[in-house]
Amino acid sequence: MTIAPKNSFVLSRRHLLGIEGLTHGDITGLLDLGEEFVELNRQVEKKRTSLRGRTQINLFFEVSTRTQASFELAGKRLGADVMNMSASSSSMRKGETLVDTAITLNAMHPDIIVVRHHASGAVELLASKLDCSVINAGDGAHEHPTQALLDALTIRRNKGRIEGLTVAICGDILHSRVARSNIILLNAMGARVRVVAPATLLPQGIERFGVDVANDMREGLNGADIVMMLRLQRERMNGSYVPSVSEYFHYWGLDQKKLAYAKPDALVMHPGPMNRGVEIDSIVADGAQSLIREQVEMGVAIRMAVLEALSRNLPSA
Amino acid sequence: MLSDRRPILLANARIIDPSRDLDIVGDLLIADGMIREARKGIGAAGVPEGTETVDCRGKVVAPGLIDMRAFVGEPGAGHRESFASASQAAAAGGVTTIICQPDTSPVIDDPATVDFVLRRARDTAIVHVQPMAALTKGLNGKEMTEIGLLKAAGAVAFTDGARSVTNAQVLRRALTYAREFDALIVHHTEDPDLTGDGVMNEGEFAARLGLLGVPRAAETVMLERDIRLVALTGGRYHAASVTCAESLEVLRRAKDAGLNVTASASINHLTLNENDIGSYRTFFKVSPPLRAEDDRKALVAAVGTGLIDVAMSDHNPQDVETKRLPFAEAAAGAIGLETMLTAGLRLVHNEELALMALLRAMSTRPAELLGIPGGSLRSGAPADVIVVDMDAPWIIDPNELKSKCKNTPFDEARMTGRVVRTIVGGRTVYEFA
Repeated sequence: MTIAPKNSFVLSRRHLLGIEGLTHGDITGLLDLGEEFVELNRQVEKKRTSLRGRTQINLFFEVSTRTQASFELAGKRLGADVMNMSASSSSMRKGETLVDTAITLNAMHPDIIVVRHHASGAVELLASKLDCSVINAGDGAHEHPTQALLDALTIRRNKGRIEGLTVAICGDILHSRVARSNIILLNAMGARVRVVAPATLLPQGIERFGVDVANDMREGLNGADIVMMLRLQRERMNGSYVPSVSEYFHYWGLDQKKLAYAKPDALVMHPGPMNRGVEIDSIVADGAQSLIREQVEMGVAIRMAVLEALSRNLPSA
Repeated sequence: MLSDRRPILLANARIIDPSRDLDIVGDLLIADGMIREARKGIGAAGVPEGTETVDCRGKVVAPGLIDMRAFVGEPGAGHRESFASASQAAAAGGVTTIICQPDTSPVIDDPATVDFVLRRARDTAIVHVQPMAALTKGLNGKEMTEIGLLKAAGAVAFTDGARSVTNAQVLRRALTYAREFDALIVHHTEDPDLTGDGVMNEGEFAARLGLLGVPRAAETVMLERDIRLVALTGGRYHAASVTCAESLEVLRRAKDAGLNVTASASINHLTLNENDIGSYRTFFKVSPPLRAEDDRKALVAAVGTGLIDVAMSDHNPQDVETKRLPFAEAAAGAIGLETMLTAGLRLVHNEELALMALLRAMSTRPAELLGIPGGSLRSGAPADVIVVDMDAPWIIDPNELKSKCKNTPFDEARMTGRVVRTIVGGRTVYEFA
């Protein structure tokens, strides 16, 4: 049984709270490490021992299926003891504050806590009260760093590079932590980023993120190498941000006709879960240009990479 | 010492009286709870027997500050701040009159509650406390309060606190009716629909933090509407807390048109900006939100010219439990009674604002607008006086602050200049050794 990966990259920080602040080298190191885990995950024997004896708590204040499952698998394959806590079963329901939850968990001596929370900045607040490593699995509309990393790994494996590519991120940018983390990462890696959305779904000041802004799909997708679609929450579809599902799909939903505005070899991504027929057409989602299923596979690998890289900083014995 | 009411001679002081643009080196004599005179060379010979003589050695002597917007927890939230604790903080900060807000529990919307506040403050506070009363019953924004009776009971102005009256008809009638009593209407100008779930200034910084923004238009839309209503009614109107450069244009037009319109800005908006929020520091979450640096500079310049009449603390004590939360979920508000002057002195030391203009906005103008004594060092004015050491360096230690809550945005901040003596009604109520 292999004990540790060949790659010896160490992330020189205790927590992974966001892409903001990571260097080009940090990102490349994590992607390279992720590559190794992709290969491992395709073998029958998927177990490693680098987190043996470690306790990983997945603390999810917001419901998630794929991210939580992905982190759970990642931790278990590295040999950690993984415990899942969700909002419905936790004392948060009984009025305990976030900080008290942190203090309580801290007393149980976990090594790594993976946190998702509906409020921007909540993970940072928790991390300030915890002695262990904290991984942000999504905080409000702020950041979702492992999603951006898995997207980057997916892009790099399919295009051979990130630098110089044109990536169009389309949809609800305003409320999206995925968009923010991706914009920061792709800019750091030298890609050219465009955001495409109706103006009601763009935050004020977005043009200062180093992105090109388009309100129209034809303009926004023109010449794109990657088309990254975002999920539109149902409660935002009925007149508050856009008039209706059908109008949204008509102008901003990704179908074959709109995809044709992008480069012929453009690839389509979506962080999931998809609203088929709202932001993306099934034919495109399941088509030859789609990387959506591969993204899920990369998710486990990149989370293993993050856990592995952070664990190399943990005090041993 | 604290109950001593001997005459006091503040000798060798730099006497600044914004009520008559006076800035001289001289002596100030206080006796019988009043200012006797302020001039060069009163000296020990010219004072009554038993006078306490204080050699000020060039320190500034000025009218005590009148803080036009401070939330005190009584009645209903005395655990956050009582009149006693607020007044201790005020005295240490040079505030000799606190104008408390009506958004208490119960709301200060009937004469009996005004009476309660005045009596409670008289019995427990070491500085003057004067309440504003609610503009609408229960702050519900629907029915106006008993403006005449409330004013007769001692309410100095009418406001719905941190709430805006969205119904233009209600505000129109209140402005019209209040004319009869020459009552001042103070209005929080923030359109609640445009504010929505916003928690900080809208723009790049909010977008980066993933927080929903409050557009400047939430303020200007409401302010523009209000100005139209003032033009329609001829009422006396005061914008409670303006925060952005665009609002200044609106105010300028209203004043140029001769309307009875005045405005305040909080010390937070005059000395801080949205970047201070950093990584979700909730002590910088205030309502309306901190704006950009350009807005801050424009506000300071407007205090300098008098376009903004008043600088106030917007004192709002919040517990650890309401602040130690994710930013969007944390309560808005910062304490400020004890720090408003020293924070304002930053502007003076940075040469952004003249000391005279700062003191005028914190003492003389509030007195004039509210029609209350104070804000002046003229003979016969009440002896509400402060002595300020302009150059004393200090670091704000939240544990030493007198307020019950410690939610100061100036936590650990380095300051230059502090109040060394506060005199209320001729009595020294605070002295920094």
